Amino acid sequence: MWREIWLICRKDLTVERRARVTLIQIVPTVLLILVVFAFAFDANPSLLGAGAGGLFWVAVLFGAVLGAKRSFDIEAEGGNLDALRLGGLSPAAILWGKAMALAVQMAAVAVFTAAGLVVLFSVAVTDWLLLVTAAVFGTAAFAICGCLYGAMTVGLRSADTLLPLLLIPVAAPVLLAGTRAFDVALGTSADQGWSWTALLAVVLITYVAVGWAAAGPLLEDA
Amino acid sequence: MTGSVATRVLGAIGLAAAVVMAILALWVSPADAVQGDAVRLMYVHVPSIWVAYGGFVLTAFASARVLWRTRSGAGGTEGVIADRQARHWDRVAGAAAELGVMFTGLTLVTGSLWGKVTWGTYWQWDARLTTTVLLFVTYLGYLALRRLPAESRARARRSAVMALIAVVNLPIVHYSVDWWRTLHQEASLEIGIGGDRNYSGEMYWTLLYSWATFTLIALWIGIHRYRVLRLEELAEEAALEELLSQRRSEPRHDEPVTDR
Repeated sequence: MWREIWLICRKDLTVERRARVTLIQIVPTVLLILVVFAFAFDANPSLLGAGAGGLFWVAVLFGAVLGAKRSFDIEAEGGNLDALRLGGLSPAAILWGKAMALAVQMAAVAVFTAAGLVVLFSVAVTDWLLLVTAAVFGTAAFAICGCLYGAMTVGLRSADTLLPLLLIPVAAPVLLAGTRAFDVALGTSADQGWSWTALLAVVLITYVAVGWAAAGPLLEDA
Repeated sequence: MTGSVATRVLGAIGLAAAVVMAILALWVSPADAVQGDAVRLMYVHVPSIWVAYGGFVLTAFASARVLWRTRSGAGGTEGVIADRQARHWDRVAGAAAELGVMFTGLTLVTGSLWGKVTWGTYWQWDARLTTTVLLFVTYLGYLALRRLPAESRARARRSAVMALIAVVNLPIVHYSVDWWRTLHQEASLEIGIGGDRNYSGEMYWTLLYSWATFTLIALWIGIHRYRVLRLEELAEEAALEELLSQRRSEPRHDEPVTDR
């Protein structure tokens, strides 16, 4: 099973290494979101600094929507998904392999977004451990949720418009908890940062559990 | 077409209960010392969200049953029974989600009206309000997914997975007033041993009565929606049968056409 997961993950990362869609298209889009937010807040530095935690997660969430769509688009073309299943790969291995690859890509997006925040909004990190832990849990949760919804909408004619509608509200718990944890890590709030990170972990575990149960039904019918 | 003796009786009881609820809420229950008459909106607002929560929990439960009954492997008679049960639970999930969305919408509307009277604005970016809107949009998405044209088994399983993910938002909405500093007041009732009541006397009992009334009405609507969904399925199957029989009655191209 783990070998199959690693196979799919490596395949997706190889496709990404060759096409560079995350680096050339998704990362610039996410950075553009940060810049556009600066316009929306009238380039007010104190306001942007206070909302930096939320901006990070909103930007990464949009990146995850694009990444999830891309992840399953490459399988929908030419019936690749059927070919993978006919090749003897289990639905769970396909889903988790893709989720793992998407998590790696989202981690790259998160790093660029965080660098963008530091450069554009002059934010300072006060608790690195909290920041990194929350970022790891949050991006992994986005990746799993994104893959579940990507699998759910793969092959549908209205997938382009339906995926954001389905994914963004459902990812709200990650957005909320991640923002709170980041506010503490960036020193803009005196809240319980680790409690929010624990909530992120709970949401992540829930997504993992649903993913295990749902991989078969989703990919058998895709 | 979807009515029966039981649903007609249930509907009549629900209607009578709603009339009594209106009397209790508008005349018997006193005005609040702080909120004045605006508190009366609570008798619609709070039961609506309770019924909506119930609808979403039922959707998740029914969805789990759908996934359970559609596990691959069952064949023959057992497979037919499993398929029939999965269709039943899928209809339950659909009807319950529609009820949840409808009552969440009602909660948002009554909450907005209450906010205008109490806060001076229809909308505040408050944690409870924002998370409730997200819940509403989540299940609108669920209903959109259900309406996409697809083979019924695939659609049922896909929707079931989404319902199980979406239900994670419920505790977030409910506990948002405790987790964040919000304008929204804390939970209206803590029912059970040692629970604190934010309301007492006539207000408390009117609220409980309103909840029972809303539950009755929701049950009545839900049964009818379930039956409508069943009729839609039958209509689809009948239309498909009709098309198939038309196709079968067409002359085959490989048969020689002979003059008689």
